[in-house]
Amino acid sequence: MTLKRTAPLVLLTVAALSMSACAQSDRDSGSDGGTSGGDVKDTFTFGAAGAPDVFDPLYATDGETFRITRQIHSGLLGIKPGTADIQPELAESWTPSEDGLSWTFKLRQGVKFSDGTAFDGKAVCYNMDRMYNQKGAGQTAAEYWTYFFGTFSDDPSGSLYKSCEAPDDTTAVINVTRTTSSFPTILSLDSFSMQSPTALEKGDANNVQSAGEGFTYPEYSKNPVGIGPYKISKYDEANKTVALVANESYYGEQPKTKNLVFKIIPDESTRRQELQAGSIDGYDLPNPVDWKGLKDAGNKVEVRPAFNILYLGLNPERNPKLKDLKVRQAIAYALNRDQMVKSQLPEGAQVASQFMPDTVSGYNTSLQPYAYDPEKAKSLLKEAGAEGMTLKFAFPTEVSRPYMPDPQKIHAAFTKDLEAVGIKVEQVSKPWNGGYLDDVSANGAYDAWLLGWTGDYNAADNFLGTFFSDLKGNDFHTSVMPWGKTLSEDLKKADAIVDEGEREAAYQDINKRIAEEYLPGIPVSHSPPALVTSGKVQGLTASPLTAEMFDTVTAGK
Amino acid sequence: MARFIIRRLLQMVGVVFVLSLLLFFWLRSLPGGTVSAILGERATPETRAALTKALGLDQPIWVQYGKFLGRAVRGDFGASTKVLPGADAFDIFLTRFPATVELSFFALLIAVVLAIPLGYLSARRANSPLDSGLVIVSLVGVAVPVFFLAFLLKYQLAVEHNVFPVSGRQDNLNCTRVTNFFVLDGLLTRELDCSVSALKHLVLPSVALATIPFAVIYRITRASVLEVLGEDYVRTAESKGLTARVIRGRHVLRNALLPVVTTIGLQTGGLLAGAVLTEKVFNWGGIGNALADAFQFRDYSVLQVLILAAAGIYVIINLLVDISYAVIDPRVRTR
Amino acid sequence: MSPANPMNRRKDRIDELAATSGGGTATLVREAGAVDEKPGVSLIASAWKRLRRNPVFLIGATISLLFVVLALVSPFIAPHDPAVGYLLDKVRPQSNPVPGPEPGFPLGADDVGRDLLSRLIVGSQQTLLVGVVATLFGLAGGLVLGILAGAFGGWVDALVMRVVDVLLSIPSLLLAFSIAALATRATQLTVIIAVAAVQVPIFARLLRGSLLAQRHSDHVLAARALGVTERAVVFRHMLPNALGPVIVQSTLVLATSIIDAAALSFLGLGNPNDRRPEWGQMLGRAQQYIYDSPHLAVYPALCIIFVALGFTLMGESLREALDPKSRR
Repeated sequence: MTLKRTAPLVLLTVAALSMSACAQSDRDSGSDGGTSGGDVKDTFTFGAAGAPDVFDPLYATDGETFRITRQIHSGLLGIKPGTADIQPELAESWTPSEDGLSWTFKLRQGVKFSDGTAFDGKAVCYNMDRMYNQKGAGQTAAEYWTYFFGTFSDDPSGSLYKSCEAPDDTTAVINVTRTTSSFPTILSLDSFSMQSPTALEKGDANNVQSAGEGFTYPEYSKNPVGIGPYKISKYDEANKTVALVANESYYGEQPKTKNLVFKIIPDESTRRQELQAGSIDGYDLPNPVDWKGLKDAGNKVEVRPAFNILYLGLNPERNPKLKDLKVRQAIAYALNRDQMVKSQLPEGAQVASQFMPDTVSGYNTSLQPYAYDPEKAKSLLKEAGAEGMTLKFAFPTEVSRPYMPDPQKIHAAFTKDLEAVGIKVEQVSKPWNGGYLDDVSANGAYDAWLLGWTGDYNAADNFLGTFFSDLKGNDFHTSVMPWGKTLSEDLKKADAIVDEGEREAAYQDINKRIAEEYLPGIPVSHSPPALVTSGKVQGLTASPLTAEMFDTVTAGK
Repeated sequence: MARFIIRRLLQMVGVVFVLSLLLFFWLRSLPGGTVSAILGERATPETRAALTKALGLDQPIWVQYGKFLGRAVRGDFGASTKVLPGADAFDIFLTRFPATVELSFFALLIAVVLAIPLGYLSARRANSPLDSGLVIVSLVGVAVPVFFLAFLLKYQLAVEHNVFPVSGRQDNLNCTRVTNFFVLDGLLTRELDCSVSALKHLVLPSVALATIPFAVIYRITRASVLEVLGEDYVRTAESKGLTARVIRGRHVLRNALLPVVTTIGLQTGGLLAGAVLTEKVFNWGGIGNALADAFQFRDYSVLQVLILAAAGIYVIINLLVDISYAVIDPRVRTR
Repeated sequence: MSPANPMNRRKDRIDELAATSGGGTATLVREAGAVDEKPGVSLIASAWKRLRRNPVFLIGATISLLFVVLALVSPFIAPHDPAVGYLLDKVRPQSNPVPGPEPGFPLGADDVGRDLLSRLIVGSQQTLLVGVVATLFGLAGGLVLGILAGAFGGWVDALVMRVVDVLLSIPSLLLAFSIAALATRATQLTVIIAVAAVQVPIFARLLRGSLLAQRHSDHVLAARALGVTERAVVFRHMLPNALGPVIVQSTLVLATSIIDAAALSFLGLGNPNDRRPEWGQMLGRAQQYIYDSPHLAVYPALCIIFVALGFTLMGESLREALDPKSRR
């Protein structure tokens, strides 16, 4: 080998690599977007980001599973497409008793489960009691029940649910143990969908067992019997696809596309390439930096209204300097949230003034976010005698959330801001599942951290209650603050108010106090997540709760 | 020979046992864990405690290990929590492992089919431009990060020009599963379109995965043939006037293949590691991807079964290599 | 484990092959290590003589040298501070996620507005650091295990080699994964340790093979007969002779370390702090922009390929030069 012979080869290789790189930049952008022709595909394929859990929604816990169970199940209450508000579904109407403890649901008539059995009042009560009567491992697996209803029948003291009666076929009465703004809204959650009592019984549906470090679920949970436009056709675990087919006994309109296929593609850039190659018709959570490229290539980027909050949490127990309101305000003034939102979050993202988005009842429109004012921050720190304080500030790795596309970049921007006002930042990171969540909530290991929340349903309690209601165990360690107890109690009181107007006023007041007097953390932003479909797809309505229904969707050939 | 194999098998059991011990304690010493992975932002102190208890993670670690061992001996490795919730961990291995074997097999096939003839050719024409060119190409192959090459291939041939599919293992939705080797299953059930689709999906990832074994096998073949060409018995054969064909077939290739076989065996083990990256890029439903997922979600049962099985297989491959070595090398056989 | 057993000798040869990953021949290591008719100096001298004329070596060495020099002078020649987002104000996720070239910024900026050219130039420093330190760590670990096993043999050998077997039985990337994840906080150091850990068993096998081969060679027996202490035999007589293949392997490991570090970044386990850039980290983090701004990934990738090629060319030609057969 000589130099003369080898050098061109090296150059050639380099050239080949760079050429392929250049080819990427000027790729075709002239895909024929627009209206769908007369030819419509009989299969709609959607790129899902992760493998689903079980299809029995009671035991399901994550968004990827609910995306599928939503197509095959219905609840008493549903979600109005494109909003976070409830609407009638299997129940046509509902009325509370005077004391708010007994709710009467008038059921839709002529509805059948996909196995042909009738849906009636008894079926509702069977379902409610089935959830309430979970035993052993089933209790742990029914995570949403624990979260929203509390305990089970073997410990009724902590349960929101009390009992259920079915006076006739079209009526169900559900009794609860206390009033809360969450009920009956939580019945719109997918976990509490109605399933066929016959099939539940026959399939031994409650037979959840612990096995090693996990649970095993009964066969029923792979192919449950519910009420929905689709039913499960085949879950091909080896090929990572879930196929659904139209449910012919559905009471509503038959779906516009007969087959619905979810291809599991965890990698975001691969989902994009599959869409570009035409092998899927749409996918969820495109990276905000891709939106432009996707649109330029003729795809539709459906932006969902932001129904989330990103915040910077503070822990006054770990760092006593944070007990001083001035220090917490100084941090709020120091952060250039405007620039962060503009340079990192998608269009439509907003700086947050309070711990919930403006679509939630109880949002206080009079509040303004703390302005970016490093000088004020410095003087506040000086007043508090906290100049040169050190802040252990953490962010998660190996994760991207709808409210936080790239935690590291947000953290880097805020670190710079904090350092600019003289706060020393000790930077910490851990993998999301590799200790970050434990450190934030169980260990209280950081002074400041990034975290957020996507709402489950439209109620202030689902935001504020989640953060501050639980005095002892909350992430913000408000128990060491003099107002911590007041806040917790006021939140519980507000949640129990039956009158909507009164409740809204109570939450507005709490929001004001949180922003001005307490400031347990800094609300950062609301960021709209998106989903993308090819230009030939029609009829998809983006939902702020990511609760899209696919029965109205068509994809042109 | 038999004694040797038995001793090696016993050693293997020992290695896997020690590994299971290390692995068990190691995984549980990692920060974070299954409980946070399942609960996410929704975790409260109560739900956290309940889940920890339900999963038996609150017991002393020795008790946990004892239970694990007791179940593992009966073939029960527990259920998955997040990779495929509720599924038996060993079943996950059984569905995912064939995918990796299929991919590795085709990658190795491509590597061997190209590398041995080219290596031989290179050695016969040592220091020719062809030789130099091939050497450089093989070295470039090693220097390019696998995931980057995989991406370039995918981009050019799947996204830009729809020659091959972008990702996954198969397009058809109604294929019958027998062995989970998709190509083979299609042949067995006479669903030929299933096999064809699976083959199309195999091309790009196998080529990407083949680069490193190709480079390694090519170079060892070249070096080995070069060495054998210089050996006395080849010269003797030449001087005896044997035809070039006989010399090549009987003397050169046979002797030169010895180290090549070893290398192929060792590369098979290494493919498993390379597969993590290739499988990620091509969303391949194999063991590498399952490992990465299991790790991300701290799915202990799945991690344990996958790593132990992978280790067992690696040790078996090593054993097979040693045996094949004995079969090919007559000097070993005489003993 | 008696060296007289042919089955074990096979195993030893496999060990060597594993270590040299396919270059050279099955007997190369043993013979290279056992050349003892001449003093070591002349071995090196004659190798150097051949290397000087070898174009492959010269290309490899030139690339490697250029890389090292670049790493050393990079802070002085980089036009901008690689940690400052000069063009941050131009970054808009939707309309302009990655600012393009403009006067003063010939390659444009990255996703937080930092000068790409400066980051590439300064990136050579951390890249070299990762490569060198990972190799040194791997070598040090392998040295300890290899010397224990190869120099003393017997049960020490058996024990150490079982440990090495266990380490080798874990797929290398997974080992790196786990180590990177074990660290409570990912830093450049954890990346280095993760990458180095993969190399430890390989170095250990290599050294052991080389030392074992010498245990019964004439110069070692002679030294023992002269009453030289065991320690002196190992460190003064056996080890220097085993260094040839180790140097070769180190050169090759430099290249793989850099590539492995990139793979860790690709899998999201790299050093999250990117104030001081590293090419693998840049490549790994560029994945999310690879569709619309492929240059963010392609530039660091080309740098990595070029440097890895340089070290590989150098290592391969060193290997050839140290092969006693080529001296015939």
